[in-house]
Amino acid sequence: MATTEEIRSSLAEIVNEVCNVPVEDVQMDKSFVDDLDADSLAMNEIIYAAEDKFGVEIPDEESKNLKTVGDAVAYIENHQG
Amino acid sequence: MSRTVVITGMGATTPLGGDAPSTWQALKVGTSGVQALTHDWAEGLPTKIAAPCAVEPDLPRVEARRMDRVSQLAVTAALEAWGDAGFAVGEDNDVDGERLAVSCGTGIGGLQSLIGNWDVQKERGVRRVSPYAIPLLMANAPASNIGLRIGAMAGLHTPVSACASSNEALAQAADILRLGRADVVVAGGGEAVIHPFTMAGFGQMMALSRRNDEPQRASRPWDVDRDGFVLGEGAAFFVIETLEHAQARGAKIYGTIAGAGLSADSHDMVQPDPSGRGQMLAMRRALAEAEIDASSIKHVNAHATATPQGDITEAKSIRGVLGDGTEAVVTGTKSMTGHLLGGAGAMESLATVMALKDRTVPPTINLENPESDLGIDIAANTARDLPAGDLAAINNSFGFGGPNVALCFTNENVTD
Repeated sequence: MATTEEIRSSLAEIVNEVCNVPVEDVQMDKSFVDDLDADSLAMNEIIYAAEDKFGVEIPDEESKNLKTVGDAVAYIENHQG
Repeated sequence: MSRTVVITGMGATTPLGGDAPSTWQALKVGTSGVQALTHDWAEGLPTKIAAPCAVEPDLPRVEARRMDRVSQLAVTAALEAWGDAGFAVGEDNDVDGERLAVSCGTGIGGLQSLIGNWDVQKERGVRRVSPYAIPLLMANAPASNIGLRIGAMAGLHTPVSACASSNEALAQAADILRLGRADVVVAGGGEAVIHPFTMAGFGQMMALSRRNDEPQRASRPWDVDRDGFVLGEGAAFFVIETLEHAQARGAKIYGTIAGAGLSADSHDMVQPDPSGRGQMLAMRRALAEAEIDASSIKHVNAHATATPQGDITEAKSIRGVLGDGTEAVVTGTKSMTGHLLGGAGAMESLATVMALKDRTVPPTINLENPESDLGIDIAANTARDLPAGDLAAINNSFGFGGPNVALCFTNENVTD
């Protein structure tokens, strides 16, 4: 089971890969769209990469509620197998 | 032609070099860009040679991942041409965006992204298909990717006519300018399909050379031992504008597009019409539009893919239009670059324009035993000088399915 920080850090690598944002900028309070420049297609890429990385499913009706990095980390943490 | 159309910038990324100047230098000295394929996937293929780009594209990572390889090559070449013409990306330029268009020919567009994402869907399911799969694979992606980087709002065009695509793009650019729909057009084309599927497809047609043990000797237009073409990849682009617009801003000029001739064979989905009727129609129309007599043509960059039948038919067509006594020096630069498919017309137009400007015809390499009775003067194995004074040339591109585009270039208006 990954810790909160481990999840955030792995997610930061994914966001960096997709959006070229430095990993240290991907903090819990940051909004994907407003702070990290992720458009809707980039968000989908991030979601699918996170599914792969963490072995969780993030259905579309859930992913639209993940506005900040913290939202995504909390979801992943709660759904880890 | 009522409005004179000139070339004010050039860019290219090809099997011979990562830009237009290095490509041209390599052409003049007879360099081959053909290599053995070292990928694992080449193992089971009858043809294990191709002509990949000499220099890998170097775009910012996030931009590159949203573009198929063909768009990456096209953007690289187009932005080089844009800068060469004196324009900058992201700044105010001496061109109104509403008077700027893009025309990019390609045979198939983002084939590798299409196949790659279909493979992902089969192996890992729907949710792993890239959200960008559609904009990656669509054939107009290269034109769009170029256009959005230079602010082109007058139109984005993607002519598709197989191996004639980028000659058609240049012809279309001239039309757009003459109709007054734009003042500047960034035009050219590209292709990036060195992939096991394409190698299999062309291989099953027996169209590709199988000279795997001697890659650099494999592409042999007009040689008796030719056995098909070598698949290449790359892109070449020009900035094309009206003479008035170019002179008003003091642009340098590489040459003039004097006329375009388009036709179709109406004969077969793959084979050219052996009578040469369609090819000759295209060449004659180019001369008529340019208002140039056949006797003024001093150079022809032939389509010359090194297929057994195609080379013979084209020689006959050239003689048929220019006359048996023509002084035109003919060359087949696919001997060096391989066949860039949708990018071939633009690649070879670059070679034609530079041949007139530098007065040097690049050689047809590997011409060790020419077919007898071709009746044309080929720049065999070494470059050939062109005379002083006014020069006019034709560049031929003939596509699968029969479309033919012949472009007539001159060295009129060239600035030093």
